[in-house]
Amino acid sequence: MSAASLVEQMKGGLDAPICLTWELTYACNLQCVHCLSSSGQRDERELTTAEAKAVLDELHDLQVFYINIGGGEPMVRRDFFELLEYSIDRGIGVKFSTNGAFIDAEKARRLAAMDYLDIQISLDGIDRATNDAVRGEGSYDMAIRAMDNLRDAGFGPFKISVVVTRHNVDQLDEFKALADHYGAQLRITRLRPSGRGADTWHELHPTNAQQRQIYNWLLAHGDNVLTGDSFFHLNALGDESLPGLNMCGAGRVVCLIDPIGDVYACPFVIHEEFRAGNVRNAGGFTEVWKRSDLFTELREPQSAGACASCGSFDACQGGCMAAKFFTGLPLDGPDPECVSGHADHDLALVGAGTAPRPAMDHSKPVRVSLSKRPVLT
Amino acid sequence: MTGCAASTDRVSSSLGDTPLELHPQVALRPEPFGALAYHYGNRRLVFLKHPDVVRVVRQLGNHPSLDDTLRACDINPKRWTSFATAIQSLITSEVVRERSITG
Repeated sequence: MSAASLVEQMKGGLDAPICLTWELTYACNLQCVHCLSSSGQRDERELTTAEAKAVLDELHDLQVFYINIGGGEPMVRRDFFELLEYSIDRGIGVKFSTNGAFIDAEKARRLAAMDYLDIQISLDGIDRATNDAVRGEGSYDMAIRAMDNLRDAGFGPFKISVVVTRHNVDQLDEFKALADHYGAQLRITRLRPSGRGADTWHELHPTNAQQRQIYNWLLAHGDNVLTGDSFFHLNALGDESLPGLNMCGAGRVVCLIDPIGDVYACPFVIHEEFRAGNVRNAGGFTEVWKRSDLFTELREPQSAGACASCGSFDACQGGCMAAKFFTGLPLDGPDPECVSGHADHDLALVGAGTAPRPAMDHSKPVRVSLSKRPVLT
Repeated sequence: MTGCAASTDRVSSSLGDTPLELHPQVALRPEPFGALAYHYGNRRLVFLKHPDVVRVVRQLGNHPSLDDTLRACDINPKRWTSFATAIQSLITSEVVRERSITG
C-alpha cells in the first residue's frame, strides 16, 4: 500500500485514536495569553479519580498505546501520580505537558523512576523576556528549574515544547541548542487562535515571511524535531513535504477529552460545534469515538470548497480546521495562514467580534492581556 | 509487487534462514489496513500496511525461520521477496528482531 492510500485510510478513521489528548484539569498556576483551553480555574464538574480510571480502562481495551496529558497544569491534580501510575500499569504510556512549576528535585526523581513516561516542558522564548511576555512572569525560571531537576535526576531525554510565534521564530536554532544542551528533544507547534489564543493570535502568529522561515528550518532539521504534524499547511511552499502524515487528524486519528469528560475532535476546537459527546454518557468514550455523529461526519470525504481550484490543495489540504473556525473563516476555504495569501481577503472582511468564541472560559477573574504586560528589562 | 519471476522458496540466504520474532516491547493493534505497531521502548509508531504482513509478523516467533513462517502462513512464494523487504524494514524500526536460540 502506498503512503498516499494509507493517508486515505486514516482519513476514514481508525478503530481507536493514535493520538489522544486528555486535559486533566482547567486549573493552572499560569495564565498564558495563548492558552488553547482558556485555563486558569478548576471546573467543579471535572472527572473524579474513579471516573478517570474508568476512562483509562476503556483506553486499555481499545489498545490506545499512549496518551498526551495536559491541562491546565495537570500536576495540580492531587491524584496526578495515582492516574499516571494507573495508566502506565495498564500499558498506556503517558506523555504529559507541564510548565514545570511542580517538578522539584524529589518529584523529578519519582518521575525518573517510571517507565513509559515522557515529559514535555513548555517554553515559548529562549530568554526570560520573550517567554514571560507570553507565559507570565517567572515562568521562564520555572521551566529551566524543572529541566535542571529532570537532568539531575537522570530522567533522560525529556521534550522542550515551543509554540512558534512572531517573537520567537528567530530563536529556533537557539531552542535546538538548548535541547541539545539538556540531551532533550525539541518539539515545535503551531500557534492556534484557540482559547485565549483567539484574543492574541492576530498579534502573535508568524508573518508570511516567517512561515517560509519555519518551513525551511523544518526541512533542514525536521527529522530531529517533533511537530505533532502541526505545520502541514506549509507544504504549499515547496515540492518537498515536511516529515509526518500531513493531514488533519481531527476525529479520525486524534481527539481531545477535556477535564469534564467532553470529547472534542481535537485539542484546538473546544467549542459546541466540535463536541462529539461525553465520556460519562452511556457507552463511554468508546461509543463517542466509534459512533458519534460528528466523528462519523469528519471521517467522510471533505469538500475542498474554495480551495478546489488551487494547485496546492493536495499539499496543504486546506490547512487547519480550528484556525479557520476561530478566525471566522469558512471550513471549506483557505487557512488564515494560507501561504499563498488566499485567505487574506476573507480575513479582512471578518468583522471584529464576529468570529465564534471558545465555548468555555476558565480564566482567572483578572485577565492580563498581552498589551498590558509590564515591559521587562 | 516486485516479486521475482522464478518461483523460489527462499527469500534470501541470510534473512530467510534467520529466526525472528516480534519485539517483546512492541504492541500490535489491528486496523482495517493491517495494523499499527507501537514500540514502548523507542516510542515509535509503525504502520503494517497489509493484513498478511500482520499475520506473518505475529507468527515469526513460532517458526525456525522467516522462510518457514512464510510457508506456514501460506504466502505465495511469488510474494516472498516483497515480504523480505517489508520484514527487513520492520527489523530496522525494531518492530521485529532476531531471536536468539538458547536453551
